Amino acid sequence: MAALHFHFDIDGEDFSSAGDASVVMKKKLRQLGFPSDAIRRCSIAMYEGEINMVIHANGGTADVDVYPDKIVIVLEDHGPGIPNVELAMQEGYSTSTEQIRNMGFGAGMGLPNMKRYTESLEIETKVGVGTKLTMVVGV
Amino acid sequence: MSDFLHSVSLDASKCIGCTSCLRHCPTEAIRIRDGHAVIRSNFCIDCGRCVRVCQHKAKRAIFDKLTDIDPKFKHCIALPAPALYGQFENLTDIGSLLESLVDLGFDEVYEVARAAEIISECTRRYMRKPNIPRPVISSACPAIVRLIRLRFPELCENVLPILPPVEYASRVAKAKALKDHPELTQDDICTVFISPCPAKNSYAKNGLSQTRSSIDYVVSIAEVYMKLSGKTKPVHPGMMRSRAGIAGVKWASSGGEAEGLFDDRYLAADDMDNAIQVLDAIENKKFPHLEFVELNACPGGCVGGAATVENPYIAKARLMSFRHGLPHNRNYLDVRDQTPDYVPPDAMLDAPINDYVPAFSLSEDRFEAMKMMGQIEELQQQLPQIDCGSCGAPTCRAFAEDVVKGEAKIEDCVVLLRRRLYVKPEGGKPV
Repeated sequence: MAALHFHFDIDGEDFSSAGDASVVMKKKLRQLGFPSDAIRRCSIAMYEGEINMVIHANGGTADVDVYPDKIVIVLEDHGPGIPNVELAMQEGYSTSTEQIRNMGFGAGMGLPNMKRYTESLEIETKVGVGTKLTMVVGV
Repeated sequence: MSDFLHSVSLDASKCIGCTSCLRHCPTEAIRIRDGHAVIRSNFCIDCGRCVRVCQHKAKRAIFDKLTDIDPKFKHCIALPAPALYGQFENLTDIGSLLESLVDLGFDEVYEVARAAEIISECTRRYMRKPNIPRPVISSACPAIVRLIRLRFPELCENVLPILPPVEYASRVAKAKALKDHPELTQDDICTVFISPCPAKNSYAKNGLSQTRSSIDYVVSIAEVYMKLSGKTKPVHPGMMRSRAGIAGVKWASSGGEAEGLFDDRYLAADDMDNAIQVLDAIENKKFPHLEFVELNACPGGCVGGAATVENPYIAKARLMSFRHGLPHNRNYLDVRDQTPDYVPPDAMLDAPINDYVPAFSLSEDRFEAMKMMGQIEELQQQLPQIDCGSCGAPTCRAFAEDVVKGEAKIEDCVVLLRRRLYVKPEGGKPV
């Protein structure tokens, strides 16, 4: 069966709307009757990715393909890229500014959470060019 | 779910199909069909918002009337919600209001505010347990609990597994009456909740998940207000005394319950839109350090309920004016021999809330649901996206869903229809 495709533009200027795409996606998955555990994992992983793109990359795009047995989330931005992926994957490691931390973000759990809540997380990144994350949530 | 008894209904003769309720319904449970509103039962959470916004008084909250109380009951106990205290101008002492309730014909009064203080103590004890799902979400507002069961199934386990104060009040008051009056049997006693909102009536009629209610009748604050307005007694010696403190009374307005936990790590939100945003954020694990979340469906909390009379903020100010005459609380919960996290079993819900009611899925078959959503997405692209409501659905998106589900016809979209009518004769683009 062909996948259902959903595209979202993540606005990098607007903190208050960060996370909106994951909320919309959650509603759609619920309508599709996915089990609540899969919906929750997809929602958290996508939310963390959205926040990262707003904090670090001035926004980007989210493309979600829904299959009957899996959900594939592709997040793409044209931000600064991740210089050291291994370091970025460590819990608590963050390059966020003091200001971002004061807003309650930047705890260094973004990428670790994305890995924790998905079956696979693939990171393609190039400093100065951008980052592309591909996550698969199994059902 | 189909046998759920609702407390919000429509008087079709008064409804002109104006779309006001349509736009305000937090669960998109309303459609306009054949010129008047229709409530879709399995989506309605009885929050009463449509009752508040309807200009034509077509949306009604259903309550029992005082005259409905069966005369077979020999002992009738009033359970006034603390929001009642905030309705009366010039009321200086809660005791005089309680005495007026006895004059109205009740044999006894058990204040829900008093039960609330005991529930606060039980909640504090529950929150000391190390391995409970956090943040704990209040179970007091039945519209919120129903919303969680319908729309936030993952958060069911966060709902406080302790009785709402009104239920505790009803159960304790009945037990006490049996003890105080040995000549009475269970069938002789009834409890009558004086309620600020229809959701609490739905709670009494349907229970909360697997917890059945012991409340026999639910009358509206508005009805009792009409009976008592201008007739509350002046303060006199030997008058009935309130058995609650300010902590219990404060439960009537947003934040009151959370404040009673003596822990600053709480969030209190009121009004449906805010509550939904907060639940979305909790589901995304946005609040790592939050211990307790109090959500109220009505603006301002229970004082903003659809069955109240006074403006919620005026009512709240009046409630606060009672604080000078009241102690902080009087929750005499005797648990001296118990551990600090011991919660008396009679204060617990009969079973935790863990049932997901998937009212929102398009089809039980996932392949079918995916096919339908594909069609919905495609149809939505063609719609004007102005959410005008003329088709009878709250949004273009909801309309697209209705069409694909076979509940509406594409011709119901007046904007599309107009575009088709205005196609230029020479076959040019529609204007």
